Amino acid sequence: MSKVLVVTSGKGGVGKTTTAAALSAALAGEGKKVAVVDFDVGLRNLDLIMGAERRVVFDLIDVINGDAKLSQALIKDKRIETLSLLPASQTRDKDALTEDGVNGVIEELKKSFDWIVCDSPAGIERGATLAMRHADVALVVTNPEISSVRDSDRIIGLLDSKTLKAETGGDIEKHLLLTRYDTRRASRGEMLKVEDVLDILSIPLLGVVPESEDVLKASNVGSPVTVSNPQSAAGMAYITAAKRLEGADLPLTAPTSRFGFLKFFGRRAAA
Amino acid sequence: MKILDFLMRRSSAPVARDRLQILLAHERSGTGNAELINQLREEVLAVIAKHVSVDPEKVQIKMDRGSPISTLELEIEISGLPSAKAA
Repeated sequence: MSKVLVVTSGKGGVGKTTTAAALSAALAGEGKKVAVVDFDVGLRNLDLIMGAERRVVFDLIDVINGDAKLSQALIKDKRIETLSLLPASQTRDKDALTEDGVNGVIEELKKSFDWIVCDSPAGIERGATLAMRHADVALVVTNPEISSVRDSDRIIGLLDSKTLKAETGGDIEKHLLLTRYDTRRASRGEMLKVEDVLDILSIPLLGVVPESEDVLKASNVGSPVTVSNPQSAAGMAYITAAKRLEGADLPLTAPTSRFGFLKFFGRRAAA
Repeated sequence: MKILDFLMRRSSAPVARDRLQILLAHERSGTGNAELINQLREEVLAVIAKHVSVDPEKVQIKMDRGSPISTLELEIEISGLPSAKAA
Protein backbone atom coordinates (compact mmCIF):
# COMPACT_ATOMS: atom_id res chain seq x y z
CA MET A 1 0.00 0.00 0.00
CA SER A 2 1.49 3.29 -1.02
CA LYS A 3 1.20 6.36 1.14
CA VAL A 4 0.90 9.99 0.17
CA LEU A 5 2.79 12.37 2.44
CA VAL A 6 2.49 16.15 2.26
CA VAL A 7 5.26 18.34 3.61
CA THR A 8 3.58 21.61 4.51
CA SER A 9 3.89 24.62 6.83
CA GLY A 10 1.96 27.68 5.75
CA LYS A 11 4.93 29.94 6.28
CA GLY A 12 7.75 30.08 3.76
CA GLY A 13 11.40 29.51 4.51
CA VAL A 14 10.93 27.08 7.40
CA GLY A 15 12.50 24.12 5.59
CA LYS A 16 9.75 22.36 3.63
CA THR A 17 11.84 21.69 0.54
CA THR A 18 14.92 20.77 2.58
CA THR A 19 12.73 18.38 4.55
CA ALA A 20 11.01 16.91 1.50
CA ALA A 21 14.42 16.20 -0.09
CA ALA A 22 16.08 14.87 3.07
CA LEU A 23 13.15 12.66 4.11
CA SER A 24 12.56 11.30 0.61
CA ALA A 25 16.22 10.38 0.31
CA ALA A 26 16.15 8.78 3.76
CA LEU A 27 13.02 6.74 2.94
CA ALA A 28 14.52 5.68 -0.39
CA GLY A 29 17.74 4.82 1.41
CA GLU A 30 15.70 2.32 3.44
CA GLY A 31 14.83 0.61 0.20
CA LYS A 32 11.42 2.17 -0.34
CA LYS A 33 10.35 3.39 -3.76
CA VAL A 34 9.85 7.12 -3.37
CA ALA A 35 8.56 9.81 -5.72
CA VAL A 36 8.90 13.38 -4.52
CA VAL A 37 6.67 15.92 -6.24
CA ASP A 38 7.28 19.67 -6.28
CA PHE A 39 3.97 21.59 -6.12
CA ASP A 40 5.52 25.04 -6.12
CA VAL A 41 4.56 26.00 -9.66
CA GLY A 42 6.47 29.09 -10.75
CA LEU A 43 8.99 28.90 -7.92
CA ARG A 44 10.36 25.40 -8.16
CA ASN A 45 13.39 24.64 -6.04
CA LEU A 46 13.25 20.98 -5.15
CA ASP A 47 15.19 20.15 -8.33
CA LEU A 48 17.96 22.48 -7.17
CA ILE A 49 18.07 21.12 -3.61
CA MET A 50 18.29 17.59 -5.03
CA GLY A 51 20.93 18.49 -7.59
CA ALA A 52 18.76 17.63 -10.59
CA GLU A 53 18.22 21.14 -11.99
CA ARG A 54 20.07 20.41 -15.21
CA ARG A 55 18.11 17.28 -15.93
CA VAL A 56 14.61 18.76 -15.95
CA VAL A 57 12.91 18.24 -19.32
CA PHE A 58 9.23 17.88 -18.51
CA ASP A 59 7.34 18.81 -15.37
CA LEU A 60 4.16 18.23 -13.38
CA ILE A 61 2.11 20.61 -15.54
CA ASP A 62 3.28 18.88 -18.73
CA VAL A 63 2.02 15.60 -17.31
CA ILE A 64 -1.29 17.14 -16.22
CA ASN A 65 -1.79 18.71 -19.66
CA GLY A 66 -0.91 15.45 -21.39
CA ASP A 67 2.16 16.95 -23.07
CA ALA A 68 4.42 14.36 -21.47
CA LYS A 69 4.05 10.93 -19.96
CA LEU A 70 4.66 10.58 -16.26
CA SER A 71 7.59 8.26 -16.94
CA GLN A 72 9.17 10.92 -19.15
CA ALA A 73 8.84 13.64 -16.54
CA LEU A 74 10.13 11.65 -13.56
CA ILE A 75 13.83 12.22 -12.93
CA LYS A 76 15.66 9.30 -11.38
CA ASP A 77 18.09 10.26 -8.66
CA LYS A 78 21.68 9.44 -9.54
CA ARG A 79 22.66 8.46 -6.02
CA ILE A 80 19.65 6.46 -4.85
CA GLU A 81 18.07 4.15 -7.37
CA THR A 82 14.63 4.03 -5.78
CA LEU A 83 14.22 7.81 -5.59
CA SER A 84 12.52 9.87 -8.32
CA LEU A 85 11.66 13.54 -8.60
CA LEU A 86 8.73 15.13 -10.39
CA PRO A 87 9.63 18.81 -10.80
CA ALA A 88 7.19 21.72 -10.81
CA SER A 89 6.86 23.97 -13.82
CA GLN A 90 8.89 27.15 -13.63
CA THR A 91 7.07 29.06 -16.34
CA ARG A 92 3.44 28.00 -16.40
CA ASP A 93 0.57 29.68 -14.71
CA LYS A 94 -0.45 28.21 -11.38
CA ASP A 95 -4.00 27.78 -12.70
CA ALA A 96 -2.68 24.93 -14.83
CA LEU A 97 -2.62 22.93 -11.61
CA THR A 98 -6.08 21.35 -11.53
CA GLU A 99 -7.68 19.06 -9.01
CA ASP A 100 -8.43 16.37 -11.60
CA GLY A 101 -4.95 16.67 -13.06
CA VAL A 102 -3.26 16.28 -9.69
CA ASN A 103 -5.56 13.39 -8.83
CA GLY A 104 -4.56 11.59 -12.02
CA VAL A 105 -0.84 12.03 -11.38
CA ILE A 106 -1.08 10.86 -7.76
CA GLU A 107 -3.14 7.80 -8.72
CA GLU A 108 -0.59 6.87 -11.37
CA LEU A 109 2.33 7.38 -8.99
CA LYS A 110 0.63 5.12 -6.44
CA LYS A 111 0.93 2.22 -8.88
CA SER A 112 4.71 2.21 -8.77
CA PHE A 113 5.84 3.92 -5.57
CA ASP A 114 5.63 3.18 -1.84
CA TRP A 115 5.79 6.81 -0.83
CA ILE A 116 4.60 9.86 -2.74
CA VAL A 117 6.04 12.91 -1.03
CA CYS A 118 4.33 16.19 -1.96
CA ASP A 119 6.43 19.28 -1.36
CA SER A 120 3.89 22.04 -0.74
CA PRO A 121 4.44 25.68 -1.61
CA ALA A 122 4.12 28.24 1.17
CA GLY A 123 0.76 29.90 1.70
CA ILE A 124 -2.77 28.55 1.67
CA GLU A 125 -3.56 29.05 -2.00
CA ARG A 126 -4.27 26.51 -4.70
CA GLY A 127 -0.79 24.95 -4.86
CA ALA A 128 -0.77 24.34 -1.12
CA THR A 129 -4.33 23.01 -0.94
CA LEU A 130 -3.77 20.69 -3.90
CA ALA A 131 -0.50 19.43 -2.42
CA MET A 132 -2.35 18.34 0.73
CA ARG A 133 -5.53 17.24 -1.04
CA HIS A 134 -4.67 13.54 -1.45
CA ALA A 135 -2.46 13.12 1.58
CA ASP A 136 -2.74 10.19 3.98
CA VAL A 137 -0.04 11.66 6.19
CA ALA A 138 0.89 15.29 6.75
CA LEU A 139 4.18 16.56 8.02
CA VAL A 140 3.86 20.06 9.43
CA VAL A 141 7.27 21.73 9.35
CA THR A 142 7.56 24.41 12.01
CA ASN A 143 10.30 26.68 13.31
CA PRO A 144 10.32 27.60 17.01
CA GLU A 145 9.19 31.09 16.16
CA ILE A 146 5.78 32.71 16.63
CA SER A 147 4.82 33.43 13.04
CA SER A 148 5.72 29.92 11.97
CA VAL A 149 3.72 28.36 14.83
CA ARG A 150 0.69 30.51 14.04
CA ASP A 151 0.80 29.57 10.36
CA SER A 152 1.21 25.90 11.25
CA ASP A 153 -1.93 26.14 13.37
CA ARG A 154 -3.79 27.49 10.36
CA ILE A 155 -2.44 24.70 8.16
CA ILE A 156 -3.52 22.06 10.70
CA GLY A 157 -7.03 23.53 10.45
CA LEU A 158 -6.93 23.16 6.67
CA LEU A 159 -5.62 19.60 6.91
CA ASP A 160 -8.62 18.79 9.11
CA SER A 161 -11.13 20.34 6.74
CA LYS A 162 -9.91 20.55 3.15
CA THR A 163 -8.24 17.21 2.49
CA LEU A 164 -10.03 14.31 0.83
CA LYS A 165 -9.49 12.24 3.97
CA ALA A 166 -11.13 14.87 6.16
CA GLU A 167 -14.00 15.40 3.74
CA THR A 168 -14.81 11.71 3.64
CA GLY A 169 -14.97 11.52 7.40
CA GLY A 170 -11.50 10.12 7.89
CA ASP A 171 -8.66 11.41 9.98
CA ILE A 172 -5.50 12.57 8.33
CA GLU A 173 -2.39 11.46 10.20
CA LYS A 174 -0.50 14.59 11.25
CA HIS A 175 3.04 14.95 12.54
CA LEU A 176 5.09 17.87 13.67
CA LEU A 177 8.68 18.33 12.55
CA LEU A 178 10.39 21.10 14.42
CA THR A 179 13.28 22.46 12.38
CA ARG A 180 16.08 24.97 12.98
CA TYR A 181 15.92 24.20 16.68
CA ASP A 182 18.65 25.53 18.93
CA THR A 183 18.73 23.70 22.26
CA ARG A 184 21.00 26.29 23.81
CA ARG A 185 18.80 29.23 22.96
CA ALA A 186 15.68 27.33 24.02
CA SER A 187 17.21 26.49 27.39
CA ARG A 188 18.16 30.12 27.87
CA GLY A 189 14.56 31.14 27.31
CA GLU A 190 15.34 32.88 24.04
CA MET A 191 13.50 30.41 21.85
CA LEU A 192 10.25 28.48 22.16
CA LYS A 193 10.93 25.03 23.56
CA VAL A 194 9.85 21.79 21.93
CA GLU A 195 7.25 21.37 24.69
CA ASP A 196 5.88 24.88 24.11
CA VAL A 197 5.29 24.22 20.42
CA LEU A 198 3.78 20.80 21.15
CA ASP A 199 1.48 22.31 23.78
CA ILE A 200 0.23 24.91 21.35
CA LEU A 201 -0.16 22.80 18.22
CA SER A 202 -1.22 19.53 19.89
CA ILE A 203 -0.07 17.16 17.18
CA PRO A 204 2.44 14.35 17.73
CA LEU A 205 6.11 15.12 17.29
CA LEU A 206 7.94 13.21 14.58
CA GLY A 207 11.31 14.80 15.11
CA VAL A 208 13.44 17.79 15.98
CA VAL A 209 16.01 18.93 13.46
CA PRO A 210 18.66 21.16 14.99
CA GLU A 211 19.81 24.36 13.37
CA SER A 212 22.81 23.14 11.44
CA GLU A 213 25.45 24.43 9.08
CA ASP A 214 25.28 21.13 7.27
CA VAL A 215 21.85 21.94 5.83
CA LEU A 216 23.16 24.93 3.88
CA LYS A 217 26.24 22.99 2.84
CA ALA A 218 23.99 20.24 1.52
CA SER A 219 21.88 22.65 -0.51
CA ASN A 220 25.03 24.33 -1.85
CA VAL A 221 26.09 21.09 -3.46
CA GLY A 222 22.61 19.89 -4.40
CA SER A 223 22.50 16.83 -2.23
CA PRO A 224 19.93 16.10 0.52
CA VAL A 225 21.59 16.33 3.93
CA THR A 226 20.70 12.69 4.59
CA VAL A 227 22.89 11.77 1.60
CA SER A 228 25.70 14.33 1.78
CA ASN A 229 26.16 14.11 5.53
CA PRO A 230 24.07 11.36 7.13
CA GLN A 231 26.22 11.47 10.26
CA SER A 232 25.50 15.14 10.95
CA ALA A 233 22.97 16.02 13.64
CA ALA A 234 20.49 17.22 11.02
CA GLY A 235 21.09 14.18 8.84
CA MET A 236 20.54 11.82 11.75
CA ALA A 237 17.41 13.66 12.83
CA TYR A 238 15.91 13.25 9.35
CA ILE A 239 16.92 9.59 9.10
CA THR A 240 15.30 8.90 12.49
CA ALA A 241 12.20 10.81 11.38
CA ALA A 242 12.00 8.71 8.21
CA LYS A 243 12.24 5.50 10.22
CA ARG A 244 9.55 6.71 12.60
CA LEU A 245 7.32 7.50 9.62
CA GLU A 246 7.80 3.92 8.52
CA GLY A 247 6.50 2.87 11.89
CA ALA A 248 9.76 2.13 13.69
CA ASP A 249 9.48 2.54 17.42
CA LEU A 250 12.51 4.75 17.86
CA PRO A 251 12.98 7.33 20.58
CA LEU A 252 13.18 10.95 19.53
CA THR A 253 16.78 11.97 19.24
CA ALA A 254 16.78 15.32 20.93
CA PRO A 255 19.62 17.46 19.67
CA THR A 256 22.16 17.59 22.46
CA SER A 257 23.92 20.72 23.50
CA ARG A 258 27.60 20.84 24.24
CA PHE A 259 26.67 23.19 27.02
CA GLY A 260 24.73 20.91 29.28
CA PHE A 261 25.21 23.08 32.33
CA LEU A 262 23.76 26.10 30.55
CA LYS A 263 20.69 24.10 29.72
CA PHE A 264 20.19 23.26 33.36
CA PHE A 265 20.96 26.77 34.53
CA GLY A 266 18.62 28.29 31.95
CA ARG A 267 15.77 26.10 33.04
CA ARG A 268 16.21 27.07 36.66
CA ALA A 269 16.38 30.72 35.80
CA ALA A 270 13.21 30.55 33.76
CA ALA A 271 11.33 28.74 36.51
CA MET B 1 20.82 38.06 42.34
CA LYS B 2 22.34 39.86 39.46
CA ILE B 3 23.01 36.84 37.28
CA LEU B 4 19.49 35.59 37.80
CA ASP B 5 18.05 38.98 36.88
CA PHE B 6 20.19 39.02 33.79
CA LEU B 7 18.94 35.62 32.71
CA MET B 8 15.34 36.47 33.53
CA ARG B 9 15.46 39.55 31.39
CA ARG B 10 16.52 37.48 28.43
CA SER B 11 13.60 35.09 28.65
CA SER B 12 11.53 36.19 25.71
CA ALA B 13 10.31 32.70 24.84
CA PRO B 14 7.62 32.61 27.57
CA VAL B 15 6.28 35.90 26.19
CA ALA B 16 6.12 34.34 22.73
CA ARG B 17 4.33 31.30 24.11
CA ASP B 18 1.72 33.39 25.96
CA ARG B 19 1.09 35.64 22.97
CA LEU B 20 0.61 32.62 20.74
CA GLN B 21 -1.72 30.89 23.15
CA ILE B 22 -4.01 33.90 23.39
CA LEU B 23 -3.95 34.58 19.66
CA LEU B 24 -4.60 31.00 18.62
CA ALA B 25 -7.40 30.53 21.14
CA HIS B 26 -9.19 33.34 19.33
CA GLU B 27 -8.29 32.29 15.83
CA ARG B 28 -9.50 28.76 16.46
CA SER B 29 -12.80 29.84 17.98
CA GLY B 30 -13.43 32.18 15.10
CA THR B 31 -13.59 35.37 17.17
CA GLY B 32 -10.61 36.61 15.22
CA ASN B 33 -12.81 36.49 12.17
CA ALA B 34 -13.01 39.84 10.40
CA GLU B 35 -16.42 38.94 9.01
CA LEU B 36 -17.81 38.46 12.47
CA ILE B 37 -16.55 41.86 13.55
CA ASN B 38 -18.07 43.46 10.46
CA GLN B 39 -21.36 41.77 11.15
CA LEU B 40 -21.35 42.83 14.79
CA ARG B 41 -20.56 46.38 13.78
CA GLU B 42 -23.35 46.52 11.23
CA GLU B 43 -25.95 45.03 13.52
CA VAL B 44 -25.04 47.20 16.49
CA LEU B 45 -25.05 50.29 14.27
CA ALA B 46 -28.43 49.35 12.85
CA VAL B 47 -29.90 49.15 16.33
CA ILE B 48 -28.47 52.51 17.35
CA ALA B 49 -29.47 54.13 14.07
CA LYS B 50 -33.09 53.27 14.86
CA HIS B 51 -33.00 55.83 17.63
CA VAL B 52 -30.36 58.39 16.73
CA SER B 53 -28.74 59.46 13.50
CA VAL B 54 -25.29 58.01 13.06
CA ASP B 55 -22.65 59.07 10.59
CA PRO B 56 -20.97 55.84 9.50
CA GLU B 57 -17.76 57.79 8.95
CA LYS B 58 -17.67 58.68 12.63
CA VAL B 59 -17.51 55.21 14.05
CA GLN B 60 -14.35 53.86 15.65
CA ILE B 61 -14.00 50.14 16.14
CA LYS B 62 -11.42 48.63 18.42
CA MET B 63 -10.85 45.01 19.19
CA ASP B 64 -8.68 43.77 22.00
CA ARG B 65 -8.19 40.05 22.12
CA GLY B 66 -7.13 39.14 25.61
CA SER B 67 -7.24 36.36 28.08
CA PRO B 68 -9.60 35.57 29.74
CA ILE B 69 -11.76 38.28 28.15
CA SER B 70 -11.79 40.18 24.91
CA THR B 71 -13.42 43.50 24.26
CA LEU B 72 -15.07 44.96 21.23
CA GLU B 73 -15.21 48.71 21.57
CA LEU B 74 -17.50 50.78 19.38
CA GLU B 75 -17.16 54.53 19.64
CA ILE B 76 -20.04 56.20 17.86
CA GLU B 77 -20.29 59.92 17.48
CA ILE B 78 -23.91 60.98 17.60
CA SER B 79 -25.00 64.31 16.26
CA GLY B 80 -26.97 65.94 19.02
CA LEU B 81 -28.73 64.23 21.88
CA PRO B 82 -31.71 62.06 21.08
CA SER B 83 -34.74 64.23 20.73
CA ALA B 84 -38.27 63.56 21.90
CA LYS B 85 -39.02 61.53 18.80
CA ALA B 86 -36.70 58.77 20.00
CA ALA B 87 -38.92 58.16 22.96
